[in-house]
Amino acid sequence: MKLRQIAHARAGDKGSIVNISLIAFDETDYPLLVEKVTGEKVSGLFEPLIMQPVERYCVPSLGALNFVLHRAPTESVTRSLNLDAHGKGLSFVLLNMEVDIDRD
Amino acid sequence: MKSLRIGAGAGFAGDRIDPAVDLARDGNLDYLVFECLAERTIALAQLSKRQKRSPGFDPLLRERMEAVLPLCRKNGARIVSNMGAANPRAAARETARIARELGLHGLRIAAVGGDDVLRKVRRKLRPENRGIAQEQLVSANAYLGADALLDALRGGADVVLTGRVADPSLFLAPMIFEFGWALDDWNLLGQGTAVGHLLECAGQLTGGYFADPGYKDVPNLDTLGFPLAEVDENGEALLTKLESSGGALTIRTCKEQILYEVQDPARYLTPDVTADFTGIRFHEIAPDRIRVRGARGTDRPRDLKVSVGFYEGFVAEGQISYAGPGALSRARLARDVLASRLRWIPAADLQLSFIGVNAMHGEALSTAGPEPYEVRLRGAARHLSEPQARKVVQEVESLYVNGPAGGGGVSTSLRENIAMDATFLPRSSVAPSISFEVA
Repeated sequence: MKLRQIAHARAGDKGSIVNISLIAFDETDYPLLVEKVTGEKVSGLFEPLIMQPVERYCVPSLGALNFVLHRAPTESVTRSLNLDAHGKGLSFVLLNMEVDIDRD
Repeated sequence: MKSLRIGAGAGFAGDRIDPAVDLARDGNLDYLVFECLAERTIALAQLSKRQKRSPGFDPLLRERMEAVLPLCRKNGARIVSNMGAANPRAAARETARIARELGLHGLRIAAVGGDDVLRKVRRKLRPENRGIAQEQLVSANAYLGADALLDALRGGADVVLTGRVADPSLFLAPMIFEFGWALDDWNLLGQGTAVGHLLECAGQLTGGYFADPGYKDVPNLDTLGFPLAEVDENGEALLTKLESSGGALTIRTCKEQILYEVQDPARYLTPDVTADFTGIRFHEIAPDRIRVRGARGTDRPRDLKVSVGFYEGFVAEGQISYAGPGALSRARLARDVLASRLRWIPAADLQLSFIGVNAMHGEALSTAGPEPYEVRLRGAARHLSEPQARKVVQEVESLYVNGPAGGGGVSTSLRENIAMDATFLPRSSVAPSISFEVA
């Protein structure tokens, strides 16, 4: 299934850094997120965009993960030529990720 | 227990004014805080001030003040804002003028400055650093903390106008002042910073930047209300919004916003404290009423962050649309023509993409779907001189007559680009200043 079925997300930016929070709709799904949405997998997903592996922070009290993406220095909000210079829409790239979870 | 009601009046420079008016009128507020200064906004304001195109403060200052000053005076709410931008003193003079025009005599307005550290940074950043020539420097502003605002509040200011101050610090200053919190009570400062961080983007806490139909629905997004916090002396707070307003304040909106623009949630750095959000708990006590507690803190960072603005030449952009059968192949042909005509631009400084297909996140991150009915070719280039930038614009316009069939709706833009970087300065080299105006 797509992550969007079990979690929501928000992207924010600071210079060339983009952070994407990933929050379980139901806190009991948080361990699944921890298990399935590894830093390695998310690094692979954003590979064309990032200069170093994605950092993953776990916040169990919120049932949330926080991913930090380091883009190239030319890809900051004040420098990028992308239509989405901030990276605001990147949260939906993450939510579109397929995870192997069986659920009816 | 003493408590304090703080409202968020704006989350960015161009934000709506009517939700702030509603809060000023019906929010029973002690403070109304307007956060209006994005990373680049202050560099643009410096530039505009230097070129004498504007006084250097927020262009919406007059409109906002005219709308909320009478209500805040009547209801005893003080205003705190970074609308001073590149010129807090001029903003304070203008606000005093507005207050007199409105008959609000005796209103006290404080200007907090000292964030402008361009001369110091000029000495520090030698050309060999980052390969940037000194003359490219436009602005350097240190992020001041809540402590820089305390003398203004102690001095009885009804309105406090600042330049660059860390966003959460605008909210934390009233808490420190009203509750008498010690400037090294890190857990209290951490909790107050969490509340400030939740409020600083205004509508992003109440359902803005959130709705995803079918997954996360938000009622009455068109009348989105801005949030307010009722903060207790111990730093815990109730987050809410006016019942009459649209939007939704839920545990989900709070969770998204507490992690917004955060790297390590255990170490959120501000000039005031290293805040730790990992112990935060949100509790819904009624619809649109969320209690927040559990943030902590440790010692504040030694140095202050400074945002530095540089001239980086011109950026040109042009777009043209194709629709109907073969839209994408005609757009691709137009792209090939443009790429050939603009081959004098280094590849890294030119981006050609298709709006509706891959313009947001690039080819590699975009999922291929069925061919869209219409496609918009977008060309953007940077690091250009002004005449070069004009050539880019002309080439896109020329696609009307000289490009593929059926191209329509050209739009172009050309702007001088200011890029931002961050550096750090020791606290001792940054000296906040304060002055008062009385209406």
